[in-house]
Amino acid sequence: MLLVPMRVMVCLSYVPDTAARPRIAADGKQIERTELKFIMNPYDEYALEEALRVRERFGGEVLAVCVGPVGATEILRTALALGAERALLVRDEGTLDSFGVAMALAHVAQHYRPELILMGRQSIDFDSFQMASTVGELLGFPSVSVVSRLTIGEGGTVVAERDIEGGKEIVETQLPCVISVQKGINEPRYPKLPDIIKAKSKPIEEIEPPAVEPVSEIVAMELPQQQRRGRILGSSDEDLDELIRLLHEEAKVI
Amino acid sequence: MAAILALVEADPRGLKRSSCEVLTAARTVAEQLRSSVAAVALTGAAELLEQAALYGVSEGIVLEHELLERYSMPGMAAALAQLIEHEQAHIVLMAATARGKELMPRLAAKLRAGYAPDCVELLVHDGQLLARRPIYAGKVIATVRLRTALHLYALRPNVFTARPVEKPVSMVLRRFRPHLSPGECSAVVREVLRSEGKLDVLEADIIVSGGRGMRGPEHFWMVEELAQLLGGAVGASRAAVDAGWRPHSEQIGQTGKTVSPTLYIACGISGAIQHLAGMSSSKVIVAINKDPEAPIFKVADYGVVGDLFDVLPRLAVKLAHFLGKPVPEGFRRVLERN
Ligand SMILES: Cc1cc2nc3c(=O)[nH]c(=O)nc-3n(C[C@H](O)[C@H](O)[C@H](O)COP(=O)(O)OP(=O)(O)OC[C@H]3O[C@@H](n4cnc5c(N)ncnc54)[C@H](O)[C@@H]3O)c2cc1C
Ligand SMILES: Nc1ncnc2c1ncn2[C@@H]1O[C@H](COP(=O)(O)O)[C@@H](O)[C@H]1O
Repeated sequence: MLLVPMRVMVCLSYVPDTAARPRIAADGKQIERTELKFIMNPYDEYALEEALRVRERFGGEVLAVCVGPVGATEILRTALALGAERALLVRDEGTLDSFGVAMALAHVAQHYRPELILMGRQSIDFDSFQMASTVGELLGFPSVSVVSRLTIGEGGTVVAERDIEGGKEIVETQLPCVISVQKGINEPRYPKLPDIIKAKSKPIEEIEPPAVEPVSEIVAMELPQQQRRGRILGSSDEDLDELIRLLHEEAKVI
Repeated sequence: MAAILALVEADPRGLKRSSCEVLTAARTVAEQLRSSVAAVALTGAAELLEQAALYGVSEGIVLEHELLERYSMPGMAAALAQLIEHEQAHIVLMAATARGKELMPRLAAKLRAGYAPDCVELLVHDGQLLARRPIYAGKVIATVRLRTALHLYALRPNVFTARPVEKPVSMVLRRFRPHLSPGECSAVVREVLRSEGKLDVLEADIIVSGGRGMRGPEHFWMVEELAQLLGGAVGASRAAVDAGWRPHSEQIGQTGKTVSPTLYIACGISGAIQHLAGMSSSKVIVAINKDPEAPIFKVADYGVVGDLFDVLPRLAVKLAHFLGKPVPEGFRRVLERN
């Protein structure tokens, strides 16, 4: 298989800032979105960087895709400023479950026909870790998740290193495939001011998602209950003796 | 035929502990729903399957196929999909380990089934199974209902308890031979590299973590020795990892690992929300920090307000005495110097 040029699709999710403290809406089933600042999912910065590097090496183009609300054009503009050739927003106001988002991404891929689809390890809103496997299955592509090192050979062979408990595993596969990446795979670049300005006038395509029945639903949301003991001690010898006693007798962990 | 399938994995020490937790959870759900459970061995766990009996599961299924001798996630998903249809199973459980988090959604998509990842609780309500799971990095807990006939759940390790039964049941093993083509078994694991002699934070009962308050890599021996004394693993905050003091594999938090050990000791870690995301489901949290206002104290069960350079050596000696173990090398040298 000839590798040049490569079409790389990178999936970006639009999520509340990591420092945000979500409040639960009156219906008890969702969070108050209006109060929060939204950003590009931190892991997706690594996916985008990897996509740009693959394109720089093999030629081709990068398509950045987000399934999200109109506000998400902001992160697609960032992707354009960083060097993505095309950007596509699949409009969703939060009605799709993860499976619906996967169907929407697979739908885009069926039209775009990428050789490689890159994603982040997890989207930090619902922390599902599932998109790469789901989209891979829907397309009939192999998928490898939580990859910390990716090597693509001239013949379209792919070697991916991923973290597992107590070590790493090396997975071999081939293009086309779906890869989700982990921090450490690369150091993402920053956009340059002229590129940010240029990106402002670039087009962002927009489509509606395919209609999909949700397979899961959130029936309730609540704030976690803190049942910590909160015993704060000083650092005298007596305090440390007391700590050991508490760990042994009260908490029974040593 | 078994209505509930519990997928189990092995590690070099035996059946993975998180798999034993899944067996216990499967049995509990089966009792509530009056249905039956079978344990299914993933690649590498077939010889250990009999151990499922220790957790009250009396049926085991071994998948037999040359193409599964080396683990392939898509291949395993294809095999399991056939097994699920053959058994007419309606619930599938696996631990949310590295492999579980990758395999379960693939399997769910293949069968168009609802899937709930990273569950911390399963509850039966009006004969219906519901799952609770942390979202927004643990800042919110969601109750999830799956709307399909077949349900898949991945259970967060270390949250459910593995409870051996008093009288082990006898085990009946069955074999199942799926139809697989080499094309389906893409993405084969070529090699597994184990980090020798180091306990992974994901598998540890006790974690001692260090942050920026450790001041530099040259002081991390204190965290290492304390962890070793307690039989635990070393963790780190992002500040310590980004500074290059510790490897990324030790990072706990939103962009690192999510852990739920029995005991988590944070040394010189302020307790930023992104750090809490990775450790707030620990059973007992101890914080050692010189700043009484540090946010870590708000989530701690026990806090020590003090300079860790003064606290850790004294604490290590006291713990060594308490545990009847020798005082670790480095701490002993510090004490001799003083
Ligand atoms: C997108 C994103 C993702 C992130 N992901 C993660 C993540 O996965 N994990 C993570 O940990 N962070 C993460 N962070 C970073 C996080 O916000 C904090 O910056 C980080 O956790 C701080 O690390 P720290 O507590 O070690 O350092 P600091 O916040 O600097 O705290 C050091 C603490 O040490 C104490 N101290 C100093 N000297 C001593 C002494 N001698 N004795 C006792 N105590 C002492 C101080 O009082 C202070 O509380 C993320 C941030 C972002 C924006
Ligand atoms: N709404 C979305 N739009 C585009 N990509 C997404 C979306 N949701 C998730 N992804 C991608 O899938 C990865 C894993 O997300 P998840 O499986 O939802 O935790 C993210 O890092 C993104 O790359």
